[in-house]
Amino acid sequence: MTNTLLLPTAPALRLARGVYVHIPFCLVHCPYCDFNAHAGMDDVKGPYVEALLKEIRAAADGAPVDTMFFGGGTPTELSPGELGRILRVLRESFEVAPDAEVAIEANPESTTRATFDGLLAAGFTRVSLGVQSLAPHVLKWLGRAHTPERARAALADAEAAGFDHVNADLIFGTPGESLEDWRASLEGVLATGVDHVSTYALQVEERTPLASWVARGLRQAPDDDDQADRYELAAGLLPAAGLERYEISNWAKPGAWSRHNLCYWTGGDYLGFGAGAHGHRHGRRSWNVSSPRTYVARSPAVEEGWEELPAAERAAEAAIVGLRLAGGLDRARFAEVWGMDPVVRWEGELREAAGLGLIRITEQAVALTERGFFLWGHVARSLLS
Amino acid sequence: MKDRSLVRAFSLIAHVDHGKSTLADRILQVCKAVPEREMREQYLDRMDLERERGITIKAQAIRLQYPAKDGKTYELNLIDTPGHVDFSYEVSRSLAACDGVILLVDAAQGIEAQTLANLYLAIEAGLEVIPAVNKIDLPAADPERVSAELSSLIGIDPGSVLRVSGKTGAGVVELLEEVIRRVPSPKGAPEDPTRALIFDSTYDNYRGVVSFVRVLDGELTARQKVKMMATGSLHELEEVGVFAPTMMPVKKLEAGDVGYAIPGVKNVREAKVGDTITDAARPADEPLHGYREPKPMVWAGLYPTDGDQYADLRDALDKLRLNDAAFVYEPETSQALGFGFRCGFLGLLHMDIVRERLEREFDLDLLITVPSVAYEVVRVTGEVISVHNPAEMPDPAAIQEIREPLAAAMIITPKEFLGTLMELCQERRGEMKEMHYLSEDRVEIRYHLPLAEMIVDFFDQLKSRTRGYGSLDYEAIGYRPEDLVKVEILLHGEPVDAFSSIVHKERAYTYGRKMVEKLRELVPRQMFDVAVQASIGSRIIARETIRARRKDVLAKCYGGDITRKRKLLEKQKAGKRRMKQVGSVEIPQEAFMAALRLDDKK
Ligand SMILES: Nc1nc2c(ncn2[C@@H]2O[C@H](COP(=O)(O)OP(=O)(O)OP(=O)(O)O)[C@@H](O)[C@H]2O)c(=O)[nH]1
Ligand SMILES: [Mg+2]
Repeated sequence: MTNTLLLPTAPALRLARGVYVHIPFCLVHCPYCDFNAHAGMDDVKGPYVEALLKEIRAAADGAPVDTMFFGGGTPTELSPGELGRILRVLRESFEVAPDAEVAIEANPESTTRATFDGLLAAGFTRVSLGVQSLAPHVLKWLGRAHTPERARAALADAEAAGFDHVNADLIFGTPGESLEDWRASLEGVLATGVDHVSTYALQVEERTPLASWVARGLRQAPDDDDQADRYELAAGLLPAAGLERYEISNWAKPGAWSRHNLCYWTGGDYLGFGAGAHGHRHGRRSWNVSSPRTYVARSPAVEEGWEELPAAERAAEAAIVGLRLAGGLDRARFAEVWGMDPVVRWEGELREAAGLGLIRITEQAVALTERGFFLWGHVARSLLS
Repeated sequence: MKDRSLVRAFSLIAHVDHGKSTLADRILQVCKAVPEREMREQYLDRMDLERERGITIKAQAIRLQYPAKDGKTYELNLIDTPGHVDFSYEVSRSLAACDGVILLVDAAQGIEAQTLANLYLAIEAGLEVIPAVNKIDLPAADPERVSAELSSLIGIDPGSVLRVSGKTGAGVVELLEEVIRRVPSPKGAPEDPTRALIFDSTYDNYRGVVSFVRVLDGELTARQKVKMMATGSLHELEEVGVFAPTMMPVKKLEAGDVGYAIPGVKNVREAKVGDTITDAARPADEPLHGYREPKPMVWAGLYPTDGDQYADLRDALDKLRLNDAAFVYEPETSQALGFGFRCGFLGLLHMDIVRERLEREFDLDLLITVPSVAYEVVRVTGEVISVHNPAEMPDPAAIQEIREPLAAAMIITPKEFLGTLMELCQERRGEMKEMHYLSEDRVEIRYHLPLAEMIVDFFDQLKSRTRGYGSLDYEAIGYRPEDLVKVEILLHGEPVDAFSSIVHKERAYTYGRKMVEKLRELVPRQMFDVAVQASIGSRIIARETIRARRKDVLAKCYGGDITRKRKLLEKQKAGKRRMKQVGSVEIPQEAFMAALRLDDKK
């Protein structure tokens, strides 16, 4: 039995501040991916970095930053040198804590041992590898550009380079993936010594090539029950290897949590730089234009939109997002930050969810049950006004 | 006063698609009623629905000036009628505004069921019948055979049957000359107190009710004070006019004229179709012989998908009824569907058209339940009630007897399909009454069948089994006791009233099984296991389980794009709000509709 008291809960008391940097380039665009990612834009890379630096400098306020995260796309589509340059400008612009988490996403196909050494030298402390699966037919179905061997090698290289933490991203429930394939993928990444694993159920996202293939009957859609079975397997296997679930899709050895992602889930502030990047500051959410070319062309006026929700909606959002954490909502802290105990505020909704066995309500916290993790959407919707 | 010997009023009647509206086009052209550039095919089919479906739904009246061979110009009042069996009520009303009919028969198809049915209506109304073979230009035309069929049917010389083509115009002038010769000019008395029959009506948003009238005696003028004889209500006519071919005001309508009158009423019920208009100051003693109220054959619940549209639906029904006197409705409630109306229709096509007109012309979004027929139920107390909503069927213990409506069906088919049609009628619990040959290879058979067995897909079956050559006409002829039961469908233990159905005992299991399986497919998984059951009284006859949902999660929730995740959840939630709540089970609108849909062709 997990000791949930040791797991992170929401909201955070001292709000951390993070920085997110979006690198929208990929070697190939995966058909299932709906992130802001583009292949074949090599000519934009140079001007993009310049525009990015301009945006960072314009936001420089010298205030503290606890975590930085380079996401994509595939950030390693830029050289460690270029990435290091961006990091330097960030350090000049903000007061980056000495123990700050500096994380980067990478793909097996665009990395070598030298890449990881370079990233470490540039100042990255954490690397997250898009492994997705160790079954060749699954990688093929997903349209990934790497082989299982390359993925294993990349994980080994990252470990050997000496980052504080290495994460493996996995996708489960791909049609054609057997339960055994999935088990092998989980065991395979654990064997490399990673201290963090993210597991995502394959989803057919709107406006992706996959969605249109499924609509035309060219590809099968993933099956909910299959995915639930896979999720159950992960929920047994990963903790047995010492990786505790601390969020619906995230498992880590104690202390190896992604501090940057915790910032999102616990209501922290973050600055977003780059095409399509999102920022959050005191309840104001903003986002940049998403096309990299437009981002370059409009620089430095790259903000596309923003919203500022009324307090009641922000509270609901905080509860919805916070409930993704295995530790759930800390009732006292939630009351402190949002002015009311969630169990009082959403009495009917939460009691109903508890009645359905989706959440557990204790004196201290409201948290998803084992059954509730994979049915979070039901609880989340009920809290929306 | 005009010379009434120069007036003729007649209808075009025929089986569906035998070319009435096309022939009317040619007549319009001969009379130069429409400028050439405004002419289009089936000019009188004005409704969008009519044009899309290529059928006439509503009878249309029009006044024409025909320069005859005798050098005189005649005023023709022509009514184009629909041919589909569901709209035979329109035909019978049109006939009351006429003195004769042209009976058209397709030269390739020959006599079909509505040819006979409409002919009988004309004979019953005492009208002069001018038979004509149409579409003689068709390569497959066989005017000899069809003339022979007509001659043996009506008892006339086959040589006297006219031959025309509505497409090429061949024979049209000869046909009109025959009309002048044989259709009598209007009888009636111009000097008598006014009597005008309302044979149809429409609703105009600005002017209110527009009544289509035939003046039998006296006259109607604008500003005249009139009285509706059935309701006794008094009005001042705002306008009278004729269709030439669109509404054209005239000073007065005289005895024998067909036209319209605008009584300036907004309330539908004050100007009922079938009522007689008379002069308020000098009323007639007796109203004209009106119409039998049409008897609905098929009943179904009509509900707004958005409960807020209930009042709009009620207004729309009131207005549409002006345009279509044949459907009836009364409020009802369903625990699954909310507030709505139980409506009676003349048939499935009629039902489909009413629904579509309501949706289009009144911008409504509607849900319609499975159609059923009206049953007669004898309670153990001896009381007899009419049940036209299966959900209202009393408890089996309170029922002494259930009687179901019976239909007399007339089918005309080439003889090679006789066997398969008899099989079909057998399967549908039919009883053969009569059979005879219309010609060497065409047979007319008559059956008594439960109406309920006919409304589902009987007609489609008949068409497909005869490769389109068979035709059908039917009418309700009363009730007979049967072994019927009410099958209820339960979701998570709660009966869903909209899915209840009355079926023959021997079919109950099959029906229950089918519904239960259909719902298992259609109802989305809930947060708990849901039992889907079919029952007769307290006995469960079929059961399926919809397993609880195991996944409802947005996988990735980072990158900081929380706005988008929230919007996705909001969208899902909005989708849930549109769901129908049955007990604790939520069913999406579309699934509900699909479950209510009759055809289960996958
Ligand atoms: N070849 C040929 N086709 C015709 C003729 N008259 C009508 N048609 C075709 O037959 C079809 C039906 O014609 P309509 O005039 O709509 O028939 P209708 O009797 O008014 O049909 P309903 O009002 O629905 O009963 C159309 O496709 C016409 O083009 C004709 O004289 N010759
Ligand atoms: Mg027609």
